[in-house]
Order: sequence, then structure tokens, then C-alpha cells
Amino acid sequence: MTNKNTPDDKNKRDFLQVSTYALGAVGAASFVWPLINQMNPAADTLALASTEVDLEQLEEGQAITVTWRGKPVFIRHRTKEEIASAKDQLLDGLRDPQTDEERVQNEKYIVLVGVCTHLGCVPLGQKSGDVKGEYGGWFCPCHGSHYDHSGRIRKGPAPTNLEIPQYSFLSDTLIKIG
Amino acid sequence: MSKPKFKNPVVNWIDYRLPIFTFMNHELNEYPTPKNLNYFWNFGSLAGITLVIMIVTGIVLSMNYTAHIDYAFDSVERIMRDVNHGWLLRYIHMNGASFFFIVVYIHIFRGLYYGSYKAPREILWILGVLILLLMMATAFMGYVLPWGQMSFWGATVITNLFSAIPLVGESIVTWLWGGFSVDNPTLNRFFSLHFVLPFVIVGVVILHLVALHRFGSNNPIGIDVKGKQDTIPFHPYYTIKDLFGLSVFATIFAAAVFFFPNFMGHPDNYIPANPMVTPAHIVPEWYFLPFYAILRAIPDKLGGVLFMFGAIMVLFVLPWLDRSSVRSSQFRPLYKLFFWFLVIDCIALGYLGAMPAEGIYVVLSRLATAYYFFHFLIILPLLPKIESTRPLPVSISTPIITASSNASTVMAMREKK
Repeated sequence: MTNKNTPDDKNKRDFLQVSTYALGAVGAASFVWPLINQMNPAADTLALASTEVDLEQLEEGQAITVTWRGKPVFIRHRTKEEIASAKDQLLDGLRDPQTDEERVQNEKYIVLVGVCTHLGCVPLGQKSGDVKGEYGGWFCPCHGSHYDHSGRIRKGPAPTNLEIPQYSFLSDTLIKIG
Repeated sequence: MSKPKFKNPVVNWIDYRLPIFTFMNHELNEYPTPKNLNYFWNFGSLAGITLVIMIVTGIVLSMNYTAHIDYAFDSVERIMRDVNHGWLLRYIHMNGASFFFIVVYIHIFRGLYYGSYKAPREILWILGVLILLLMMATAFMGYVLPWGQMSFWGATVITNLFSAIPLVGESIVTWLWGGFSVDNPTLNRFFSLHFVLPFVIVGVVILHLVALHRFGSNNPIGIDVKGKQDTIPFHPYYTIKDLFGLSVFATIFAAAVFFFPNFMGHPDNYIPANPMVTPAHIVPEWYFLPFYAILRAIPDKLGGVLFMFGAIMVLFVLPWLDRSSVRSSQFRPLYKLFFWFLVIDCIALGYLGAMPAEGIYVVLSRLATAYYFFHFLIILPLLPKIESTRPLPVSISTPIITASSNASTVMAMREKK
């Protein structure tokens, strides 16, 4: 009782107090983390993260839309003119400069995530009767973004080109997305 | 404006307009609490914390649960296998229900032992019994949600209790089910009610606390606080004591969650519900067993139901059954004896509720049931007439100071403060 207020004792108390708060914070955080992490994709959701598509039936000038991770993926078998138009485009005029070569694995097939990079609508242009916009590729009806034959943004509010999903050709006409 | 109470000017600005900080300071910081509370007074705050844990884990579980008879069981299994930390959250929630009842039952027996239900705390006690009833309803409906065999047949048996009501019983059961058996409409409404009732409990808990803070806590010797010398501020003395108790509780709780999560459950509930087959041995969760024993002890359908509900109803009127002016068992030798008989009787009822309803178990169940009501309805009202209570101390401080070898030292230390 006599040395209650010595500096040593005060240091000891400070240390105990700080370490108690620190340990308490670690404990609270480790309890809060499962509460937050349970909202992340579950194991079964992650297991559904790849899709295989057979392109055998997809004729030149046709397009199909498949679902991957709950989102539409556009696959278009481009015509020679469309390929030429996409390749000839100079990078100078582009908002998000990318050559067509950077955006395809096989120049016949363009594979895109069909979600406008502005605010997430699905652009038109997959069906033959759709409005395709001023550059002949895709046109987003929500806020008027125009995409070209390579899915690059040319006009309108979208900041970047249509996203290219991760995919690979398992054979000439079989692709695996994801 | 009176002189600022708080150092932080922002806090003062807010407090002048919305006196929330004054309120918290008054009720959680300087709140005068009897200085002689023992560890049995930890269980109120533990129950409150468990309620919060149940609500928090329940909300996140509901984000992953599907209330449909075709998906409910699988969605719970998905929580166990696929949802990130889902197993942990479900085991916390599942064992949390059991621990909630453990804590609340200790809290109730604490109240019985120290006479905490007596004037002027009758409404505080009644609100507590109401919380117990709401907890039972919530726990029962929560147990139905995984849609296992025990869920289904538990729901069937408990809802059928209402069919014992004369004339309208069958109609009430059909109304509860939303059909002619426990089925999808039943599951949907149970999910809805299981979600909302805990918030009703929070409301009643707030009333429970308002009633508590009107006269403050009872204490182990059960006499009123006579002045400042009998109390200490809630903070830091009881906040630290409650936190220490919480850490012990959390350690035991965590041990259950991590090492024996299914100990208090029933394996049959991992079999999907089958309306065509009843499990051979059907028992409710352990916390309902004493009441279940009373239900089965009465050889009459309506009678069994009435006695089972009566076992809780008798608690509502307890403050008027026990008229002794002395609160604490410490000064009531006979009451203390009968208190322990009641504890043994309740444990016996719990054991008998888990046993098959045949042979000696039926006889013992009837005896234990009879004694339960005998305690509340006959012993308690008679006791004050025959019991000679021990003399009460003058104040909470008196026995502590005289017990000290050197009373003057204690007084001197107090003056220094």
C-alpha cells in the first residue's frame, strides 16, 4: 500500500490497461469478421464460377449470350468487315485505348462481359434487329453509350471498354469462360 | 445553461439538446449499486449480452436461410458447409439458445433465493417472467426452422397442445398451422415470428431495466440501501465485475461451440423432416424438459396443458404468495431449506421429462409435479406464520464494518477519500 503511486506502478498500470484494450479490440474484431465475411460469396457460389460454351453452331454474323456468374457474356462471330473495321481504328480517338488484338484470342470471336461499364445495364446489339449504336457494335439504352465492333467505348458516359472475361479455347470451337 | 458536465464541448452541445449522455452517466456510470452484490448478480447483464449475441448471429443467419419446406433443411446444411464461417455462426446461435436459458434460469433462482421479487420489485419480477415466456416461444419457433425430424415433430406436438382447449381447440390449431398439418405456411409464419419476437424481448428488457433502476438492485442480505455508505457507483466497480464474469462465461460458451457443439442438441434433427414417420423417442430441448414432465404427469389432455402453463403462471403471482417481509434466504432458515427442495424438484422434473413416460417415471413425475405446486401454493403462503427469521442487520454496511478486525481503520480510510 505504501508505494501505490510510484512511477513504476503507474507504468505497470498503463501497460495493463493498454494491453487489455488491445486484446479486447482483437477479440471484438475476430468476432465481427465472421459476421461480415458470411456475406461474401459462399463456397458453392464460387464453385459455379466457370461456364463452357460450344461455338460450332455460331455462324458468321451471329451472336449468343451466355450466363457466367449471373452476368450475361456476349460472344459474337464477327464478319470480315467487322474485323477489318475494328482493326483499322486508330488508337488516338479512343477513350480507353486498346488495339483489337489485345481484346481477342481468335479474331473471329469477340467475347465480352455484356455489362455497360457506366452503371451496369445490358447493352443492345446481340439480336439482328437491335439498335447497335453509331459504331455498329453495341448500344446501351440506359444512358446512351456506344461501343464498336471490338466492344470499345466510343461515345457516351461509360468510362472504359466492355470488360473481357477470363476465358480460354479448349478446342477451335469450345471455350471455357472463367 | 448550468455549468458544463462533460469535458468534450461537442458532447455538451448534444447533451443540452438531447440529454442522452446525462442519461447514460446517470444509469451506467454513477448509478448507485449496493456494495455487497455477489457473483450471482452477474447473470442479468450476461442474459442481456446473450440476447444481443442471439440477435446479431440470428440476423446474419437469416441472410442465408430459406423459409420453405423444400429448401429449409438444405439451406441450413449450406450454412454449415458453404457459407463463410456459417458453421461458427450457426453453432453460436444454436448453443447460444441453451446458454441463454442456463443464464436466465440461474438469474431466476437468484431472484428466488434472495427474495428479489418482493415489494417494491413486483413489476420488475413480472416483466422477467414475461421475458421468460417470450424466450420460450422464440426458442420453440427457432427450433422448427432447420426442418429436421425434431423440428417437425416438436412443432406438431407443441401446437397440438392448443387442441386441448374445449370447443375451439381444433379451430385454433388449424389457424396456427394455416392448414391441416404442420406444413409450409406454418414454417413461414414461425420464421417471421422467430425474427420479430427477439425485438419484442428487447422492448420488455428495457422495461425490466427501467423497473430495476427505480429502486436499484436487491442484494444478498435483502435489506434496503440506507444511504450513500451502502452503495458504490456502477462504474468502474460493477462494469469490471460484469466484464470479468463475461470473460468466464465466454470461455465456457466458446468451449461448447468449438468442442461439443451438438451436446445439447438432438441427433434426430439432422434427419430431414418426414411427416409420415415420428421418431421413436421424442423429447423437447433440455430447457423445456421440466415443463414437459409436468405435461405428461397429468393423465388428462386439458389438465396437462393447464398445469404446464400453470407452472409459469404461478411465478407471475409469486410476490403475493410469499408474504414474508424478509427478503433474503440468509435470514429465513426454513425458506432456505424449501428453496433447495425446489431446486432439487426442478432438476428432478428435468430428468423425468427426458425419460420415457412409463413405469416408475410416471409416478415420480406426478410426485415432483405435485411438490412443485405444493411449494408455491401451500408452503410459501404458510411459511411466514411458522418461520422465525433471524435478526436483520441494521444496514448493508454494518455487518461488514463489525466483521472487520479494526473498524476504526475502515472509517479512517473512508474519510481520506
